Amino acid sequence: MSMAALRRLLLLAYTGVVFAFIFAPIVSTIVFSFNADRFPSLPWGGFSLQWYEAIFADATIQRGLINSLIVAGVTCVIATFLGFSAAYVDYRYRFLGKSVYLALAALPPTVPVVILGVALLTFEGRVGLSGTLPGIIVGHVVLSTPFAMALVRMRLADLDPDIERAAWNLGASPWATMFGVIVPFCAPAILAAIFLTAAVSFDEFMIAWFVSGVNETLPVRVLAMLQGQVSPRINAIGAIVFGVSITLIVLAQMLLGRMSGRAARKKG
Amino acid sequence: MAAPMIEIDRVAKQYGNHAAVADVSFTIDKGEFIALMGPSGCGKTTTLRMIAGLDQPTSGEIRLWGRRLNEDAPWERDAPLVWQSYALFPFLSVRKNVEFGLKQRRLPATERRKKADEWMERLGIAGLAERGVDQLSGGQRQRVALARALALEPEMLLLDEPLSALDPHLRVRMQSELVRLHRELGITFICVTHSHSEAFAMADRVVIMNEGRIQQIGAPREIHRRAANRFVAEFVGGNNIFTGTACVEADGSIALVGPVGTVHAPAPTEAGIVTGAAATLVVPADRIELAAESTGSGNEVAARVVTVEFVGSTVTVFLETEGGGELRAQRSLHEMENTPLAVGQPVVARWSPSQGFFLPA
Repeated sequence: MSMAALRRLLLLAYTGVVFAFIFAPIVSTIVFSFNADRFPSLPWGGFSLQWYEAIFADATIQRGLINSLIVAGVTCVIATFLGFSAAYVDYRYRFLGKSVYLALAALPPTVPVVILGVALLTFEGRVGLSGTLPGIIVGHVVLSTPFAMALVRMRLADLDPDIERAAWNLGASPWATMFGVIVPFCAPAILAAIFLTAAVSFDEFMIAWFVSGVNETLPVRVLAMLQGQVSPRINAIGAIVFGVSITLIVLAQMLLGRMSGRAARKKG
Repeated sequence: MAAPMIEIDRVAKQYGNHAAVADVSFTIDKGEFIALMGPSGCGKTTTLRMIAGLDQPTSGEIRLWGRRLNEDAPWERDAPLVWQSYALFPFLSVRKNVEFGLKQRRLPATERRKKADEWMERLGIAGLAERGVDQLSGGQRQRVALARALALEPEMLLLDEPLSALDPHLRVRMQSELVRLHRELGITFICVTHSHSEAFAMADRVVIMNEGRIQQIGAPREIHRRAANRFVAEFVGGNNIFTGTACVEADGSIALVGPVGTVHAPAPTEAGIVTGAAATLVVPADRIELAAESTGSGNEVAARVVTVEFVGSTVTVFLETEGGGELRAQRSLHEMENTPLAVGQPVVARWSPSQGFFLPA
């Protein structure tokens, strides 16, 4: 075997090991969620949907899932709107302190979520939002808006500034230009931002744990269950959460891929 | 005389300390093809953008049919622009691009479609109607940009370097097509270009700018034959510019003693040139004949061929006189084939005194 072939083989093996390391816990979660046995051990006790039946019968889990879906649904709309607006301001205007504005807008994900959670709890306690779904939504919007902004900014970087002026020049008012040119141009990024922020919110545990109170989201409920007992139901919930998240992320990635593919064609 | 359509009245545009346009005034008549020409940074594009309302003059006034235009927003003006980069809407089909302006005017969909079809037909892009603009060639994009602007049926069309992004052969075709469109439509065309060949080939009048100021306004012929100053004489190219000492002759003509020897030209009509003063003489290169021997009439300068440059169907011959003066003559390729010139060959450069003119002092 030649050196090049050997190197190739080693590289493939290494990549395979890395992927196995990342995905093994997820795969085992999914595999054991269908296991008939109570304990996640080999050999497999046979195929069963009983744990899925159990979680769908559990009112607290149902409540958590519904809460998570509401929070993610509202968060993704608000965060994407704010992210788009922030990115457009960056694209369109030059002003004093713009770098400060951008740094502040991008800051939240760099703050440790524990600190963000405590801060939100203290603040929301004062304004009477703590323990409510809107309280969780506020926290998730703060956390996920920068992601939406980053996606839209990336898209706007490809928009020739002359295009907006060309629309004005053809008689489109600034509002008509916004909805006739800017938003359609950013549509793939906006959709990607909706999916990504929804995924961020759906998975988020720390902020939700601090501010949710009795209105637990699904991740908070899962932790509460884990503290009490190790039940195979956790595996079933994990599989569902993973399915939802990965779907959202893959959708966002596909939209981004189409976007950059088009940009590459344009340059080529 | 009818009132001018557009008046640019003492317009200036400052960017910080830099004056992009400094005190520019000229008028444009209805149906004229005007070219704004000059090197990059001369303020020609800024002037065009101020007419479109995309830039605001710092001072001065732009009027359309006598009405002040300064405060009108770009979307309130009827001055569609063909962008250098075309600036087509990338997420729309060719048809939707052409319909864009009509849609802003709230034209019903059927009428919009009909008009867009007409203009696409007229510009030869009807077959591309459903394509996305990223599937088009440069020449096709140019036509979409033109159709998009003209579909509004405006009374003026603004063009920003419309040919600069095209291949040379397409450029010549598009140039004659623009001239044809202008003639057929009878609307005002205002075109920015850095190329004097484009400007002179297309425009009725050319505005030459440099460093934010107008250097000369006139018909292409006029500018070619009577440059207003040294900048224009150099910028339009193809000119010999001789600097020397003037000497007023008995018959009123002026002799210039300079690097190519003593040559004659008529005295300028405006300012008088006095004996002993420095003066600048311009002799267009295409007015200089090259002969083998002296005939003893007109201006004659003995010189030697230095280089021969072929530019398409014309040939520029660079000469050097015995005194070290430089001279250039333009010949047709045909002439060149009949009487070939070799580098180093001695020739007599000859032109009639009336072909030269003095620049205003």
